[in-house]
Amino acid sequence: MTTETVPATTAPATPKRGWVAWIRENLFNTWYNGLLTLILGGLTVAALWFAVRAVAGFDLTIIKTNLRLFMIGKFPASQLWRPWVSGALLAHAVGLGSGLVHSATRERAQKAGLPYIPSTVSDILSRFWPVMVLVVVILLLTETITPTIMVILVAGAGAGGSYLGRWLPSRLWGWVAVVALVIGGYMAMSAFGGVGWDAWGGLHLNLFLAVAGIAFAFPLGMLLALGRRSSLPVVRAMSVTYIEVVRGVPLIAILLFGAFAIGFLLPEGVRPSQVTRMLIAITAFEAAYIAEVIRGGLQAVPPGQTEASQALGLPPWKTMRLVVLPQALRATIPPMVGQFISLYKDTTLVAILGLTELLEASFIVNSQPGFLGKGLFLVTLAFAGLVFWVGSYTMSREARRLEKRLGVGER
Amino acid sequence: MTAAPDVATRTPFWRDLRTLRVAAQLLAVVVVGSVIYYLWSNLMGNLRAAGLSTNFSFLTQPLGVDIAGSGAGPGTPIWRGLLVGVKNTFALVIVGIPILTVIGTLVGIGRLSTNWLVIRICTIYVELFRNLPPLLIIFFFFNAVVLRLPLLENSSNPMGLLVVNNRFIAVTGFTAQPGLGAYWVIMGVTLLISIWIWIQRTRRWERTGRPHQRVLWSGGLLGAVGLIAFLLLGGPIALSVPVLDGRALAGGFRGLGSYFAVLVALVLYTASHVAEIVRGSILAVPRGQTEAANALALSPFQRLRHILLPQAMRIAIPPTISQFLNFTKNTSLAIAIGYAEITRITFQTIGNAQPAPQLVALLMLCYLVFSLTISVVVNLLNRRLQYVTQ
Repeated sequence: MTTETVPATTAPATPKRGWVAWIRENLFNTWYNGLLTLILGGLTVAALWFAVRAVAGFDLTIIKTNLRLFMIGKFPASQLWRPWVSGALLAHAVGLGSGLVHSATRERAQKAGLPYIPSTVSDILSRFWPVMVLVVVILLLTETITPTIMVILVAGAGAGGSYLGRWLPSRLWGWVAVVALVIGGYMAMSAFGGVGWDAWGGLHLNLFLAVAGIAFAFPLGMLLALGRRSSLPVVRAMSVTYIEVVRGVPLIAILLFGAFAIGFLLPEGVRPSQVTRMLIAITAFEAAYIAEVIRGGLQAVPPGQTEASQALGLPPWKTMRLVVLPQALRATIPPMVGQFISLYKDTTLVAILGLTELLEASFIVNSQPGFLGKGLFLVTLAFAGLVFWVGSYTMSREARRLEKRLGVGER
Repeated sequence: MTAAPDVATRTPFWRDLRTLRVAAQLLAVVVVGSVIYYLWSNLMGNLRAAGLSTNFSFLTQPLGVDIAGSGAGPGTPIWRGLLVGVKNTFALVIVGIPILTVIGTLVGIGRLSTNWLVIRICTIYVELFRNLPPLLIIFFFFNAVVLRLPLLENSSNPMGLLVVNNRFIAVTGFTAQPGLGAYWVIMGVTLLISIWIWIQRTRRWERTGRPHQRVLWSGGLLGAVGLIAFLLLGGPIALSVPVLDGRALAGGFRGLGSYFAVLVALVLYTASHVAEIVRGSILAVPRGQTEAANALALSPFQRLRHILLPQAMRIAIPPTISQFLNFTKNTSLAIAIGYAEITRITFQTIGNAQPAPQLVALLMLCYLVFSLTISVVVNLLNRRLQYVTQ
């Protein structure tokens, strides 16, 4: 058998054409496309004109005076150092985590003898520019210099964590440090005379509910997914019933249950706060969706893997833990990010039950004495929308990127 | 090689897989059952302690609130109020799903257009709406659009066909005239005949290969009979133009402003998801199909209509069903702006000191029925459309 090496060819050189040719090809290639271009072009220009005029006419005072309410709710002014310390600790944790992932990937690539291309600063910029733009916009709306300094310090803590994570000799201890930092971030907010989550608000509450909801729902969802794939009919029936009932009703129904009915199910005297009840409801809701995500991952593992490990004499739980789950969970990362995005957007629903998260905050500021009846809803909703949009858009792009890199569905 | 196990040594029962399976299931039932029993006994105790009803007899008590635009007032029994809520939810679903399917399909195709501007506009629309919380979009359309419409006293009346103000929007509708019953009968019979002709033309085309022209035959018959019968019966259906007389509205179809806000917001939100599904499904049709269509010299429209869309539709249906279900569930967000759908009425009834656990259970049951109905209907359709493969 002879192998023939195909000489590296360069793509056929495309002749450089002027913009007239480009317009003819991309806007006026047929008569109906030309017509469409003219109509839509006119509408677009008009829409842009109105949008620019509306945005230019925005009176941003309402956002400037309420920025703190939007970000962290009604946090006591004397305790403001806490969110910053917590933010720095969490940024350090995230940085450390990404550094550890980086070093693990590098090591694996070296072992396999493959080239490892670390992501460059321009990569990071092109991936996260919306978030950076948002941070700059928010900082432009602040009235003192303190937040800018603090944001730089928090970003520094993140970058430091990432650098540390790359060169840490023991990755296990690195992950222990990540967990410790996350707990520290929570303690910095609440412990020693701080403010517990019952009094949190603003964007901070949205992020907390989304992260904690996913984190608490994950183990439950895993149990439900394994239950649904179990060979025991009773266990399977119970899992399927739970998953399908929860997936058949809207989140708001479960939140109503959390707000008004959970109290009835608990013994006398046990009455969790509203935020806790919302968290319970969100966890119960998310567990069903995460179960379906994990089930999808489990189904993506070829049955040959289970059979092979049985042939090697592994007991069922070891087959699951060492062979099936690691492969299944890899495939679940992109849909899990998707689930997180939809939960992040859905945390706005707690507004209906009276919690001052970002959307509710952007709503109630319109009834403050200075702004009542001025019709500034468009301004405040645009601000809240920008914040949600940036987070969701960036994460969905990351999910798509991960999907490509993990090669889900391609192997 | 190990020796064959001694036949005499039987597996002890605690290691017998059959026993273990039964034991594990018994354990699961006992654990779940005792948790449920514990919660149930708490529930009953707490309801009694709070002096609330422990069954569903409260449903005959008065509602206590007024439901705008429905005729249900404070004296209406609760169950009637809940039914009004179901009807209002249904009004959102039945109008919303067809519209969002059309918009989603058009935008999804638009993202694959050859026109640069069309691609850009569709992409911006999809990325904008997909990444915003639906509740925020509803707030936007209600607070920044509907509430800014003119007051009832100076409603705007564009072209005489609409009445627009910040309370409601009335569009031109139809009213029955004498002879409508006969007209329905005639049209029903004609419809059956034209379906029969359609099938006959299709069979003939399959047999002989001559052009079927079934749209011309069936549609032509339907149109011709419809027109002649309409004229002979002296116009059994008339346009009904909404007219505002002082504060009272006569004629037309009227929808509350909050209804349109929720409808537009959720249709745009869900259509952006459907557009992504449609685009993905068209891209998932093998490239050879496009190339073959080009080789047969089909026009771009023919290629889309006869080659790409029929195949893409089969891929798109299951995820689109789940978007329809999401739309149905998201109508519950109308609670935030006070549109009286089922969730809103449940919420208000709970606020009137009625027992929350039963009401929330009823609410969940309603949505389960909605979800099940939609998925059964669309799944039946799906089964008909899928290829039968060996």
